[in-house]
Amino acid sequence: MSSDAASGDRSGGDGDGEWVPAGDGKFGRYGGQYVPEALMPAIEELTDAYERYVLNNEDGFVDEFRRRIRDFGGRPTPLQRADRLSERYDTEVYLKREDLLHGGAHKLNNALGQVLLATYMGKERIIAETGAGQHGTATAMAAAHLDMPCEVYMGERDINRQRPNVFRMKINGSAVTPVTTGRGTLKEAISETMRDWATNVEDTHYVIGSVVGPHPFPKMVRDFQALISEEAREQVVDRTGGLPDSVVACAGGGSNTMGSFHHFVDDESVELLAVEAGGSSLAVDETEGVAPNSASLSTGTEGVLHGARTKLLQDGDGQIVESHSVSSGLDYAGVGPELAHLVDEDRVTPVNVDDDAAIEGFHRLSQEEGIIPALETAHAFGYLHEHHDELGDVTVINVSGRGDKDLDTAIEETAKRDVSNAPDMSMFNGGLR
Amino acid sequence: MSDAGGSDPLAAAFADGPAFVPYLAVGDPDYESSLAYVEALAEGGADVIELGLPFSEPIAEGPTIQNAVVRALEAGMTPTRFFEFVADLDVDVPLVCMTYYNLIYQFGSEQGPRPFVERAASVGISGFVVPDLPAEEAGALREACDEFGLDLVSIVAPTTGEDRLEKLVAVSSGYIYVQARLGVTGASSSVSDRTTESLARLEGVDLPKAVGFGISSGEQAATVVEAGADGVIVGSALVDIVAEGHESNEPTEATADRLESKARELKEGALEGYGRRTPTPEGTSD
Repeated sequence: MSSDAASGDRSGGDGDGEWVPAGDGKFGRYGGQYVPEALMPAIEELTDAYERYVLNNEDGFVDEFRRRIRDFGGRPTPLQRADRLSERYDTEVYLKREDLLHGGAHKLNNALGQVLLATYMGKERIIAETGAGQHGTATAMAAAHLDMPCEVYMGERDINRQRPNVFRMKINGSAVTPVTTGRGTLKEAISETMRDWATNVEDTHYVIGSVVGPHPFPKMVRDFQALISEEAREQVVDRTGGLPDSVVACAGGGSNTMGSFHHFVDDESVELLAVEAGGSSLAVDETEGVAPNSASLSTGTEGVLHGARTKLLQDGDGQIVESHSVSSGLDYAGVGPELAHLVDEDRVTPVNVDDDAAIEGFHRLSQEEGIIPALETAHAFGYLHEHHDELGDVTVINVSGRGDKDLDTAIEETAKRDVSNAPDMSMFNGGLR
Repeated sequence: MSDAGGSDPLAAAFADGPAFVPYLAVGDPDYESSLAYVEALAEGGADVIELGLPFSEPIAEGPTIQNAVVRALEAGMTPTRFFEFVADLDVDVPLVCMTYYNLIYQFGSEQGPRPFVERAASVGISGFVVPDLPAEEAGALREACDEFGLDLVSIVAPTTGEDRLEKLVAVSSGYIYVQARLGVTGASSSVSDRTTESLARLEGVDLPKAVGFGISSGEQAATVVEAGADGVIVGSALVDIVAEGHESNEPTEATADRLESKARELKEGALEGYGRRTPTPEGTSD
C-alpha cells in the first residue's frame, strides 16, 4: 500500500507495475521470526498476503482499505495549529489529531487494515491482545464492521484499570478473555494470544496491536499506521510551505511512533523524537525483576521477545522484567525492531519523560487547547514542555489518542502528587466512581 | 552429570527400541527436590531427559508448565544455577536443555549462543530444544552446536509442510521432536490422528522421531509407538505430579516415588506399543 505502493515516495514500487517484495523482515540487526514452528506456516501465509494485497494492491485491497478508513474511520485527520502552545513556547506547534479517528486513537488504522486483510485471506476468526484496551477496542470495532468473530486477550490488571474499554469491546460483540498469568498486563496478554494462535492457527488471524512481533507484523503494522505521516507531511507542507524541524510521538511498542515518522525518515533535516515512559525511575531492579519505566529504546538491551530481536527491558540473564508506566498503553518491555534500528542509526532520538511530567502534560493540553489527551499521548506534551527550545521553529506532535479512557487514572494519579497545573479535583474524592 | 559418552549419545539412546523422554522444569519447586525428581525419572527408565531452563515468557507452554516455570523462577533458578544443577545430577542418561532463545543469546560476556553452548557442553548437556527458534533463525546456534559437538533437536508441527520439513531437517540432529497436535504443551486424553500423519511425512528422514504434546499415560505412549514413533516425550503429566506434591506438602521422596512409577508406566507403555508394532519373528523372543 500503502506507505510504499500507494503513496509511493519511498520505494520504486509506485504505480509502474513493479512488484514490491515483502523482504526478510530484518531491520539491521533487529527483527526476524522467532516463533514456534507451528506458527511458521501461518507467518509464511501472512507474509504472502501482505506482499500481494498490502504492498501490491491485489484485488484492490488498498483501495478498499483507503475507502473504509475514510468512510468508517474518518480519515484524513486534521493537522491543527496549537495556538496557545505555539505562543507559550515561541515555536509553531502543530497537532496531528489521531484522537479524532473513530475509536479515539490511531489504533483503528492498523486494526481495520488487518481485519480486512484477514477477510481477503479467508480467515474465519480474529484474535488480538490489548494493554490499555485501545487496540482491543479498535479491533472489536473493525471486526463488527467487517462481520468477523473476535476474541480479545487482556491482562486481568488492565481489565480493572480500563473498564470502559472492556465494555466497549463487549458491546461491539467481542469476547474479552482475562489473562491471569504474570502481572496480568500487555506482555502476558501477547504471550497468551500467541498460544491461542498456535492452537487455532488454521482459521484464525492474530491482529497484533503494534509494530512488534515476527515479520511481517512490524512492517505491515507500520504501513497501515503510515497514513499518519503520509497525511501529516502533506498537511504541514501545505500550511507552512516546508518541512517541520521536528516530529514528536510517544513510544511504547511504537505503532503511532513509526506511523508518525515513516514518511519523514528520508527527510534528513527533520528530527524524529520518540518519547518513552520514564515511569518513576530509569533503573532496573534486578532482584525484584522490575523496571519502574517502559523506556526500552533509552535503556534497553538487545534480545529476543515475542518473535523479534529488538531492544528489551531484561535482567542480566535475559529474563524479561516487568515494566511500569502510569499509562498502560506504553507499559511494555519491548519495542518495535525498526525503531530500535533507527535509534542505532541515529535517525530517531529516544527521549523520555517521567510519570509526573506526563500528568502535567495531560492537564496542560486539556486546559490550554481543549483537548484531553490519552496518558500515552501526554508524554509527548510533557517532553514538549521540557524541551520546546530544542524542537526548532516548526514541530509536529502526534496526538495519538484521546483521554476519555484515562479519566479515572488521571484523577487518581493527580491526587497522589503535587501537580502545579492541575485543577481542584477534590470533589472527585480520588476517582470518578 | 551425564557420563553417556560416544559421538552421538542422543542417537544411541534411540538405538535399542523406543525411547522414553521425560521433561521437567529445573528448579521446580526448589533446587534439591528437583534434583531428586530428575534422578527418579532416570530410575524409572528414562532414556533421554529434557531439562527445562525456565524463561519468563514461555510462549509455547500451556498452564501446567507455565506454573512450573513461575515456581522455579521464584525459587531462584537462573542459567548459572541450571548449569550447576546439571553438574550436580547423578544420572547416566543423555540430557537435553529445553529453553527459549533469549536465555541462550544473553549468556556470557559476548552476545550470541556460543558461550551458552560451550558451558552446556562442559557440564554434559547433549543437545537443545528451543521452541521459539524456527529453522530460519537457527543458523548461529547450529554453528555453535557443531563446534562443541552438541545436537539441535527441531520441532516438527502438524502444520509443517514438505518445503519447511526440508529446511528443518537440514539444521536438525539428535532426534526430531514431533508435535502431536496444535496448541501449547499440556496433558490430554487422546492422541491425535495428526500424529500418524506427521510420522508418515517423516518416514524418509534419517533421525529418530520422538512424539510429544499431550501424552499422559502408558496406553497413550503405546499407541504413539505402535503408530511408528521412535520415542515418546512426556512433560505436563510429570509436572502435574510435581505440582500436586508441592501443593499438598508431600515429602520429596514420596513425590519422587510417584514420578518414578509414572515413568515406569510410560516406559512400559512405549515398550508394549513397540511389541504390538513388530510381530515377533520366530526364535527371537528371548
